[in-house]
Amino acid sequence: MYIKINIEKCNGCGSCVNACPFGAILIEDNKARINEACNLCGACIESCPEEAIIDERVKEKKISEEYKGVWIFAEQRDGKIASVAYELLGIGRRLADTLNVELSAVVFGKTDEVEELIKWGADKVYYVSASEYSYLDDKLYSKTLVQLIKTYKPEILLAGATAIGRSFIPRVAASLRAGLTADCTGLEIEKETRNLLQIRPAFGGNIMATVVSPNSRPQIATVRPRVMKRGEYDPKRKGEIINIEPLRPSDKVRILERVEDISFCKVSLQDAKVIVSGGRGVGGPEGFKMLWELANLLGGTVGASRAAVDEGWIPYAYQVGQTGKTVCPKLYIACGISGAVQHLVGMQSSDIIVAINKDPNAPIFNVATYGIVGDLREIIPLLIKKIREGVIE
Amino acid sequence: MKIIVCIKQVPDVTEVRIDPQTNTLIREGVPSIMNPYDYHAIEAALQIKEFLGGKVTAITMGPPQAEEILKEAISMGVDEAVLLTDKRFAGADTWATAYTLSKAAEKLGFDLIICGKQAIDGDTAQVGPEMAEFLDIPHVCYVRKIEKITKEDMIVERLMDDCYEKVWLKLPALITVVKELNTPRPPSIRGRMIAKKAEIPKWGLEEIGAEEDKVGLKGSPTMVKNIFAPPPRGERRILEGTPEEQVTTLLRELRRLGCI
Ligand SMILES: Cc1cc2nc3c(=O)[nH]c(=O)nc-3n(C[C@H](O)[C@H](O)[C@H](O)COP(=O)(O)OP(=O)(O)OC[C@H]3O[C@@H](n4cnc5c(N)ncnc54)[C@H](O)[C@@H]3O)c2cc1C
Ligand SMILES: Nc1ncnc2c1ncn2[C@@H]1O[C@H](COP(=O)(O)O)[C@@H](O)[C@H]1O
Repeated sequence: MYIKINIEKCNGCGSCVNACPFGAILIEDNKARINEACNLCGACIESCPEEAIIDERVKEKKISEEYKGVWIFAEQRDGKIASVAYELLGIGRRLADTLNVELSAVVFGKTDEVEELIKWGADKVYYVSASEYSYLDDKLYSKTLVQLIKTYKPEILLAGATAIGRSFIPRVAASLRAGLTADCTGLEIEKETRNLLQIRPAFGGNIMATVVSPNSRPQIATVRPRVMKRGEYDPKRKGEIINIEPLRPSDKVRILERVEDISFCKVSLQDAKVIVSGGRGVGGPEGFKMLWELANLLGGTVGASRAAVDEGWIPYAYQVGQTGKTVCPKLYIACGISGAVQHLVGMQSSDIIVAINKDPNAPIFNVATYGIVGDLREIIPLLIKKIREGVIE
Repeated sequence: MKIIVCIKQVPDVTEVRIDPQTNTLIREGVPSIMNPYDYHAIEAALQIKEFLGGKVTAITMGPPQAEEILKEAISMGVDEAVLLTDKRFAGADTWATAYTLSKAAEKLGFDLIICGKQAIDGDTAQVGPEMAEFLDIPHVCYVRKIEKITKEDMIVERLMDDCYEKVWLKLPALITVVKELNTPRPPSIRGRMIAKKAEIPKWGLEEIGAEEDKVGLKGSPTMVKNIFAPPPRGERRILEGTPEEQVTTLLRELRRLGCI
């Protein structure tokens, strides 16, 4: 075991018992004892008022000083750089400035927006424009990125927690024996060690964890779209574009066809300014028609909680939350949604949140800018009527 | 056709809450379950076996009590199961987990490995593609449909952010699956009987021939530094009055803020 109790110091107060998420600490004979259920998460260490918990997890430091610089993977789809790439440049710039190093972007596949990456903050762009890179080929993408990392040795690599990023970045981490933290919502630098503090939700969003990769480089993290803010745009910024020779794709995978699913295209939940979202309280597919009507009047779209999706009232593409999409519209109207943490993590950075729920104790009201306690079957038709009539004064 | 399904025992996270008073996790009575996505992985494997013949093996890495989910897998119709358990495996992050699982997969031999899209305790979705890298085989994530499968290759549909893609891949390979793929079958009575009697082999570090400094906490590049409760947003303004009045106030406020 790497976490131990100093029996001399322990006074059996039980603080660690409460802090342990795995129920792995027991008090016996007035002393704490750690049992097999210990997951070595370290949650107990800071909880001890007596500093009686010994953390032996920290291994001898063997990281190489050669690794310098912050990289972001800028994914393109159909030649357009994904919005998350610009958000990564925003946070990447901050991290690079703190560390006093360069910020670089890596682009696979042809795009007209390479210069844009520089204007949004990149100092350098590593660009592989070959057509074999147009669509995600996991092996090719990971092999190429691994090779680039081995050549240029960045200390941090950020990628979008998108279908593309989450699919091939793990291969990169596996190959390099590097730490990879998924779905980060916060990133900071620990000044003394230059370590990247990677903050992410765990246990379905019920708790937050800070993860570090102290002994391996690069430190790799994926970040959800819409979580980070873009940096400053400077049309006069200059940078360097480095063209990279493509590698040969393997003959083991081939993308045969891309099918745009209309239910995806129409939604564009992540770009909507207004989202009218429905949960189990909406009661059925009929209820969603009403939400569509309101959304259309407000120039927005419809979203949903997982409960509504699981009921089959609306397709998965509309789901907001931890296992759905993260959104941040100007206005989010939650109708018949209780406000479980898994839902909140996907929408709580919306500018204005309106909650309509008949249960005054529903947790959704804790994040609501405006709450209406009432039956949505009454409130929504009223809203629709008043907006139609233009009676807003 | 030799198929390996990777399954994981997880706490039922819907039941995990933070006590607002003490700021600690309430874990009393939090049950352990099989990761929901992994049922779909098992179902996919069973369907392929019914179609092509062969054998399905379920593996998990975890503490001794993780045997429960292997028995559950057997009751659904999986042919055999292996529990990877060893004190030295404890504290593994996805890198060390994927390494350990792939060592076991090498020992078992396989044409296809199926994982769930992600495990609900960590939601990382990393173990599958990491295993594929360790085993040097192609992989496809988020498979929502298996269009064609033979002993040599398969065509699948993968769910992307804005579309889906038809992908051909050569076996041996690894796929991770989403819930749309299928409806998992319930355990059969006969399956339950078999599961009850089944002896599940336990493999440790030596049995899978893994290197000690690549498993468990020692082998994990990442480390949890601390955990804390999500910060509250702290807004709460309930509108008063009749529904008419509430709606009128709301629309006035939204207009004032330039939202509508
Ligand atoms: C790993 C994991 C990931 C998850 N990911 C997500 C996710 O991405 N997104 C997500 O949304 N959830 C997710 N969940 C599920 C989440 O925990 C909740 O179960 C879910 O959000 C509940 O949906 P709901 O609020 O619609 O339903 P409920 O919790 O059942 O709430 C329904 C609400 O409607 C109200 N109501 C009922 N009738 C009316 C009426 N006539 N008028 C007004 N109000 C009414 C009720 O008071 C209640 O508050 C996840 C769970 C887990 C474990
Ligand atoms: N300890 C484990 N034992 C067996 N399979 C696992 C384990 N951890 C993860 N997996 C598999 O990897 C998938 C993704 O898990 P994760 O990367 O942890 O989100 C799961 O659905 C399982 O199929």
